[in-house]
Amino acid sequence: MEAMFRIAGLEKAFGPIRVLSDVDLELRAGEVTVLMGANGAGKSTLVKVISGVHARDRGTMHLSGEPFDPASPAEAIRAGVVTVHQNINDGVVAALDVATNLTMDRLTGKDAPLLFNPRRVRREAQAVADRLGLQVNLSASISELSLADRQMVAIARAMAHEPKVMILDEPTSSLSSAEANRLFAVVERLREHGVAILYISHRMSDIRRIADRIVALRDGVIAGVFADKPLDYEGAVDAMLGRAMDLSTVSVKDATRKVFEAKDLRIASQARPFSLAVGDGEVVAITGLVGVGKTALAETLFGVRRPLGGTMTLEGREYRPRSPADAIEEGVFLVAKDRAESGIVADFNLYKNMSLPFLRRLARLGVSQPRAERAIARRQIEDLGIVCRGERDRMQTLSGGNQQKVMVARWTAQPSSLLILDEPFQGVDIAARRDIAAKLRAGAAGRATLLLLTELDEALETADRILVMSEHTIVGEHRNAGLDMDRLLAQVAGEDIRGAA
Amino acid sequence: MADTVIRYGFLALLAALIVFFAFAAPGFASPQSAVFIFQSVAITGILALGVTATLVVGGFDLSIGSVATSAMMAAAYAMVVLEQNALVAVLFCLAIGALVGLVNGIIIVYMRVPDLLATLGMMFLLVGLQRIPTEGRSIATGMTMPDGSTATGTFSPTFLALGRHRLDFFIDNLLPVSVVVLLVLAVLIWFFLEFTRFGRMMYAVGSNEKAAELAGAPVKAYKIWAYVISGVFASIGGILLAARLGRGDIASGNNLLLDSVAAALIGFAVLGAAKPNAFGTAIGALFVGVLLQGLTMMNAPYYTQDFVKGAVLVVALVFTFALSNRAR
Repeated sequence: MEAMFRIAGLEKAFGPIRVLSDVDLELRAGEVTVLMGANGAGKSTLVKVISGVHARDRGTMHLSGEPFDPASPAEAIRAGVVTVHQNINDGVVAALDVATNLTMDRLTGKDAPLLFNPRRVRREAQAVADRLGLQVNLSASISELSLADRQMVAIARAMAHEPKVMILDEPTSSLSSAEANRLFAVVERLREHGVAILYISHRMSDIRRIADRIVALRDGVIAGVFADKPLDYEGAVDAMLGRAMDLSTVSVKDATRKVFEAKDLRIASQARPFSLAVGDGEVVAITGLVGVGKTALAETLFGVRRPLGGTMTLEGREYRPRSPADAIEEGVFLVAKDRAESGIVADFNLYKNMSLPFLRRLARLGVSQPRAERAIARRQIEDLGIVCRGERDRMQTLSGGNQQKVMVARWTAQPSSLLILDEPFQGVDIAARRDIAAKLRAGAAGRATLLLLTELDEALETADRILVMSEHTIVGEHRNAGLDMDRLLAQVAGEDIRGAA
Repeated sequence: MADTVIRYGFLALLAALIVFFAFAAPGFASPQSAVFIFQSVAITGILALGVTATLVVGGFDLSIGSVATSAMMAAAYAMVVLEQNALVAVLFCLAIGALVGLVNGIIIVYMRVPDLLATLGMMFLLVGLQRIPTEGRSIATGMTMPDGSTATGTFSPTFLALGRHRLDFFIDNLLPVSVVVLLVLAVLIWFFLEFTRFGRMMYAVGSNEKAAELAGAPVKAYKIWAYVISGVFASIGGILLAARLGRGDIASGNNLLLDSVAAALIGFAVLGAAKPNAFGTAIGALFVGVLLQGLTMMNAPYYTQDFVKGAVLVVALVFTFALSNRAR
């Protein structure tokens, strides 16, 4: 079968750093090609080259046999290559209703009529929605819709261009599993319409569900193409990571003394209560898909929200934090998810960011002691190998991985009883991720460490014990040595619960 | 190069301005002239330092001008009508300032009214409220009260000294008390914001509220405190205004809000801070004072003043936002 879209010998560098080298890729009509790759493998750069954001340095692209050379995203869309970006809200205008969103692209451009005709907009929007079988109230405002519905609208809107190629960039990253199922139904519909789909994801459950072919990208090179049925998922993961999953890197320890314990904890109104214990020196990872309550659990332990039921004990004493300040006082620290939004103070330099939670301890009579703060920051920079000029650097000058190291450094600068890290490897390159994981394991003695991770690989790389979370409760527990991968994956996918019910 | 311009540009401009006026306007370079400048900016400077605290936590306080005039009316009412002494009048004013700040803070933090709207509403409320006790009349000894009686109280001399007394400083009768109050408050708030953990946390709240909260900061309390500081500083400005005028003048203080907000915003440009800061605010107030005094001594007409202030503000804002953002 002739490929709808073909890339050959593609290269792209930013300054001295070569991001993509000699990439060949084919997308065929009516097929879902999954592009897998770890953080920093070059996935987003590839997408940006295809969608006309970046110009390529070398290589050729062909769309239905014609050379394809978009100078801008708008040109790529006009030619029939449409991208639905990871950030859902980039694809919709929250202040307008669904119908207007669906037909927005017809409001601009030369042929757009001067006057806005609501009835015509409704009619066209209905046609667009019907094509995808979209069940959304057309007069609802986007801001009333769930993330999943917004995503559907963004895709439907992209469909209005009658695309030949559609790129979906981590479309399930903010969806719950039920919502993701609806997305898959839409993807199948697109496939029936003969669209060539490039689906970017590193979530195994998605990939198992919809992939016709898998392309693994590693360090800017195509590391493997898997097209033979049944698809070799493990081979694809191996190709993506560049090694057979090396579990021996973790020498699993068993904890002797319980530091933190939760009994019959309930964190959502419909959820089953669960118990949880983390021991001294132990690194426990809780894994599960996005939206299963990992962050809710982290926030409950850190005093941001109250549990709906159950008790917690820390170092043998009852633990009932009423605020993050309480939790910090008791020795429970949280490296929060999404550092830009909930971690970094952009106006502060590196050492002020690190000392932020501990100013009370570091200050004398309320007067802050910059000299002490800077000494601690220098020690932490050294310890974690943060690449910077000094402790007075601005945060923006640091790379994502180094910014995350600063966040970890902030919360490891003082001894804690329970250290919680919510998605600490988000937007972090592999080298920094290994550094952070090694540091967490090396410094684990004397505290309980709890990681909340969506990516199973990250859990396998760092944890002594892996707990699986699904629908706001814990559904499985595995010692990270010779664990039963199939069972674990089934639990992640929520199959155990359904089986039990 | 660009860094140096952004960092020291405004201070250099201020120095150049002073040198220029010293040559162009005879009598400008004298202690008396310097003191006069300080005195002219004392009240707006104090208000500006207060509003700086709210800017630091990412808020804004539009009610400061009306808090100051309310405090002025309250001081006059306390002494002239209620015949209280200076101490009671001062405490009464400070309490009003703190109370208004507290209410502002609660409305903004707990009722989630946007800061500009909440304090705008408070401004209208106070402008109206301060006229009610006297049915819209100014307060002075011998005035007729709404019930037909005559107010017999007087401004206490101690109170008036706050606005009129001059301390000996190298030269006899040089330094007005109001200037001393300004300098003390400026040093105080500067130290508080830059060198205490509370000030640091307030900046953190202003820069990333969620991060500050997750670092254990009681964000709501910090925000409310910022408005209380702003209210108290504004009421101190009002006390000095009452002491200078010696009456509760219903028509005075119209320019207070705009002048002090301008000073605080000009402060963003000082030392390339690109954020609210006490030192910058003080320099900003001084800059406007120097410019107006110099122009007045060069016989520029009074009605050009607002234009000049506005122009300085626009230039300073361009400095802050366009230049310093580009350098990053």
